[in-house]
Amino acid sequence: MSPARGGEPASKRPRPQTPAELTDQVTGLPGLKTWPRVYAVIVVSFLIWVALLYLLGKVFP
Amino acid sequence: MSLLDFIVLFSSILGIAVYGTWRTRHRDNLKAYLKGDERQGWATIGLSVMATQASAITFMSTPGQGYEDGLGFVQFYFGVPLALVIIAAVFLPMYRRFNVYTAYEFLGRRFDGKTRLLGAGLFLLQRGLAAGITIYAPAIILSRMLNWPLNLTIVLAGVVAIVYTTAGGSQAVSLTQKYQMGVIFAGMGIALIILLIKLPATLPQALTVAGAFNKLHAVDFSTDLRQRYTLWSGLLGGLFLQLSYFGTDQSQVQRYLTGSSLRESRLGLMFNALCKIPMQFTILLLGVLVFVFYQFEPQPVVFNQTAWHAALQHDASGRMQKLDQQFRVLHAQKEHWLNAWLQAKREGDPAAARNARAQAEAINQESEAVRASATDALKTVSPLTAGKDSDYVFITFVLEQLPHGIIGLLIAAFFGAALSSKAAELNALASTTTIDFYQHLLKTEATGAHYVAASKWFTIFWGLVALAFALFASFADNLIQAINIIGSLFYGVVLGLFLVAFFLRRVGGTAVFWAALVAQVVVLGFHFFGNVSYLWYNLIGCAVCVVLSLCLQALLGFEPLPASPPAETSVPAGKAGSAE
Repeated sequence: MSPARGGEPASKRPRPQTPAELTDQVTGLPGLKTWPRVYAVIVVSFLIWVALLYLLGKVFP
Repeated sequence: MSLLDFIVLFSSILGIAVYGTWRTRHRDNLKAYLKGDERQGWATIGLSVMATQASAITFMSTPGQGYEDGLGFVQFYFGVPLALVIIAAVFLPMYRRFNVYTAYEFLGRRFDGKTRLLGAGLFLLQRGLAAGITIYAPAIILSRMLNWPLNLTIVLAGVVAIVYTTAGGSQAVSLTQKYQMGVIFAGMGIALIILLIKLPATLPQALTVAGAFNKLHAVDFSTDLRQRYTLWSGLLGGLFLQLSYFGTDQSQVQRYLTGSSLRESRLGLMFNALCKIPMQFTILLLGVLVFVFYQFEPQPVVFNQTAWHAALQHDASGRMQKLDQQFRVLHAQKEHWLNAWLQAKREGDPAAARNARAQAEAINQESEAVRASATDALKTVSPLTAGKDSDYVFITFVLEQLPHGIIGLLIAAFFGAALSSKAAELNALASTTTIDFYQHLLKTEATGAHYVAASKWFTIFWGLVALAFALFASFADNLIQAINIIGSLFYGVVLGLFLVAFFLRRVGGTAVFWAALVAQVVVLGFHFFGNVSYLWYNLIGCAVCVVLSLCLQALLGFEPLPASPPAETSVPAGKAGSAE
């Protein structure tokens, strides 16, 4: 962050990604190797829950 | 409560607290004290994030909400999954890359010192106000169960959290939360099983009764802005609330900053994204089933029986006695017609079923009116009666219907939930005060051990502030809504600050600072003079902050895009290197 932008001065230059950070990009989950896939599963499960909750009110009116 | 209940209660609560304090002793390293040495795995983080949000209010007040209003409150959590996805994808990598201790430290790196202080200040104000209410909730339990003065129980409930949070810092919080969640899951699970066993009807019959009284209408597609909980207010307004709460509230940010890696922190958040709605649904369903249970079992006209019996002594007109009698008669009639309805359904007699159901519904309306009159009568005789009656529904069921030993476990679950969220709040308040105010403004050059000591003193300070505020929280209506209204007053604006920080790289500190102040005034204006659901405050505050910051920056002239990604921050000054 440059001082000209008004940000507080930083004491280090940007550093390259470490091996740990590179491995962070892998989820380690079976069948869901990338984070976008994990996020997609979350969204789909949410939609399923909304549908089930809606149906609950319809089945027992 | 029996001796067995007290043994289960105090051994679990104090045992967890003592163990957590002992395991995390000798935390003189600032990084260890505030970030738990960044060694936590995803499961600990996931449970910690869950425990921080799910306070005693969740487990006491939410079943009561289910009892009164049904499942509709689940919509409040519809914004959680998407919010956590956004945080995992955008916020978390930034925080880790900048190696921040607090979320507001990031604002200082991105903008300037005054914006950092504004963000931190709004957090301290909002969380400081809420902290008192989250101490108050478990104090009600003790007060009712032991017949102790409420103020005494408030002080006792707060002291345990203050002690182990001060002693062990962030790691003590994470460690104790893991075991507290275990107690909570065990207690609530057993309560649900026993309730299902005790229900004088099968589960489908119970759901049929619940549906007849409109308790199962979980998803509301209404676009009326005055409706508190709808699909849209939960998804849109709730998204902004949850984004701000999980992404910018230090009490949550601090939990996932303890992760050993970005991957572990992300998985911890995804655990919550997957489990939050099912968990809240289950708690609300518990309340709905308690409602069904009390349609077939004797139910008090007012669940706060301690206050009711005390007020009866001063009921000179006899009005309360009459209302009680009237309610018993109506309840017996309703039970008769409900049984007739279920019998007619079993026998396949639709006409009789329709008639019996209509009778039951009509009597239910009458009995609800009597309950409302009884609550009014109670407040007339005893104006200082604490909270809303629905807050006492589940604890009444627990104390009167569950076996001894399990009662102690449930009470321990309530306390565990209170202590877990209280500890995280105190830890966050102390961290923000230490890093964003004390170290940043007052004492910029000191050792890590000095800042650890300062953090401990600030933990005690905020604990005492929360206690003091709790002593005046008796007048808060339904507790869980009070907490969320307070949050919504400030969260939208804070979220606006962070969204500008992340996505509008050409907007600077001056524009966003003044935009945030104006946005805060607008939100307060809506609260005191407007007529919209509080969930929309988050969207309003955030939108005004973002749009106005763009407009102001346009007047000032947009800043050039930085040539390289923002540099990392250093750890706080004070020789807090690896040796600490």
